[in-house]
Amino acid sequence: MTASPSPPDVRAASRQVGRRGSALLLAPGLAYLLVFLVVPLSLVLVYAFFERGRFGGVVPTFTLDNFGRLLEPTFLRVLGESVLYAGLATVVALLLGYPTAYAISQLPPRWRTVALVAVVLPFWTNFLIRTYAWIVLLNREGLLNSALRQLGVTDEPVSLLYTPGAVVVGLVYAYLPLMVLPIYASVERLDRELLEAAANLGAGPARRFVSITLPLTLPGVIAGSIFVFVPSLGNFVVPELLGGGKTILIGNLIRDQFLKARDWPFGAAMAFSIVLLLVLLLLVQARVTRRYRTVPDE
Amino acid sequence: MIRRRTAVPVLLASTALLLAACGGDAEPEASELDPSADLSQQSLTVSNWEGYMPEDLPDRFAQDVGPEVTVTNHATNEEIVAKLTASEDSGIDVAFVSGQFAQALAEQGLLEPINPDLVPNLKNLYPEATELPYDPGNEISVPYAWGTTGLCYRTDLVGFEPTSWNDLLNPVDELVGKTTMLQTERWLMLPAQKALGFSVNTTDEDEMAQVQDQLVSTKPTLLAFDDTTFYSRLVSGEASLVQAWDGWCNYGIAEDDRITFTVPEEGSDLWVDTMVILKSSKNKEAAHAFVNYILDPEIHTWVVENILYKVPNEAAMGAVDPALVEQFPTLGITPTELLEQEALVDLGDAAPLYTQVATEVAASG
Repeated sequence: MTASPSPPDVRAASRQVGRRGSALLLAPGLAYLLVFLVVPLSLVLVYAFFERGRFGGVVPTFTLDNFGRLLEPTFLRVLGESVLYAGLATVVALLLGYPTAYAISQLPPRWRTVALVAVVLPFWTNFLIRTYAWIVLLNREGLLNSALRQLGVTDEPVSLLYTPGAVVVGLVYAYLPLMVLPIYASVERLDRELLEAAANLGAGPARRFVSITLPLTLPGVIAGSIFVFVPSLGNFVVPELLGGGKTILIGNLIRDQFLKARDWPFGAAMAFSIVLLLVLLLLVQARVTRRYRTVPDE
Repeated sequence: MIRRRTAVPVLLASTALLLAACGGDAEPEASELDPSADLSQQSLTVSNWEGYMPEDLPDRFAQDVGPEVTVTNHATNEEIVAKLTASEDSGIDVAFVSGQFAQALAEQGLLEPINPDLVPNLKNLYPEATELPYDPGNEISVPYAWGTTGLCYRTDLVGFEPTSWNDLLNPVDELVGKTTMLQTERWLMLPAQKALGFSVNTTDEDEMAQVQDQLVSTKPTLLAFDDTTFYSRLVSGEASLVQAWDGWCNYGIAEDDRITFTVPEEGSDLWVDTMVILKSSKNKEAAHAFVNYILDPEIHTWVVENILYKVPNEAAMGAVDPALVEQFPTLGITPTELLEQEALVDLGDAAPLYTQVATEVAASG
């Protein structure tokens, strides 16, 4: 160890190794993103500017028509309804998810793990099977209806399945864990001393929640809301199975362009516009989250 | 997010891939086939709907004829067509598709003409099954099963005998919320097309606008659109009257003999599911041998007895137990009666019109 380098050199060397090392560590992930995200998305974008092939596929003739058709009233209405359904599912998931996450964070540590596993547990079963289970629960001859009848609440079976309500229930059920987990993460990180200080200064529980807990957990709320909203917007299985095909969301419309209408370019244009919309949403989220992160430092 | 410097090459690469994929054009002529080819050197990939042929068929075929068979499944015609058109060689040798889709695939030059010399069992087909409008003379497809669409209902829950598509489209009060319709475009349109006196293959925009109006007003009266579980809804009593393919109605009848099937007086469609051989197949002799094997009465009878579909195979239908036909009257519909219905053909450039109407109906209400 006679020729040991001076301290600044060590730091520079380790920094260089670190950079090379991190490039190596990043490579598989980046390659994955390139092959399975960037290339397909580019294809979608390119297809959106081509003409429809008579039997599906595309004819490589440049056109802007597909984007023009995005202004047709049917598309806009389906888009509006999709935003409404996804938004409703998000609000319901938030109302259910926030108290759940908060309650879990108040549990003793060992029970917290149990509760979190319970939240994630449904994910271990196939999504389609879980959705079919709702059909068994909700149909006119189903469990819920026979329970209602036996309790004497109704005489006639109530139509629960194949309604807009059933679609929202399905979406909330599918994505609720994605709401609970980020909120839990931010509630758990909450600095209890802030709450104690507020209590000492005379703030009641409601005031403490509104002025401290809520703003500090807002990043989790926003992340959770995005996690629920985005996949809800693209879901086409739930409206088909629980909505009885009577409600269509933008996901159904896009899938139908590829699998039924053989109109790939229009489907591509729709898909790309939705991707753009969601990217905008993520940018807004990043903005808002950053602003709230800075609050405690000020 | 990618930087512009990387974005451009990626876009170019994607475009190149794409153009390469679009580049091929197909030849309609038949390939040279060698009748004495050693079939045991060939292997087959067959795509079919799940459960649409005997499960042990690959083993039996390998034992009797030679080639190994790999079976893949598709859920819909659209899915298999997308697979077959997505690349030059899908790796599939034989595909099961409905007649109008076989026609579309043939027009694209993707199908190998059927060589009758290699399919001697074609002689088993009904004469009526050789003159089907989507492929007269069975030049590019061989019919596998056929049937029609009608009303499947519970006699004890529907207080009358439905005779018209209007019993479904404009239901009496007692049936509101107790009916289902098929969702796949061609069959979604069918009841309204027939009730209004139009062709099931109409491409007239005014006629389709009337079809749309009818379906939009029918939609709120439906329990659901349902392509796959309508018969079990009849069994559970959740639905009383459903639009059904004849073969599928039999699944309900098998569980509850109060269920019955009728073809409305306005008429209906003739649908045919066919076998086609892909031009890209490298095992065309084996593919012909497979199609021939299916037409063997013993194999083809399996379809009738297990799937309860009619097959266009006179020899196979003749071998069906008469008791089965008595239990499932749709099996007794004769080829002559079947051909009185209107055969579905490909819509070609009018396909988007149907999709548009289907979308408007789905988005309405």
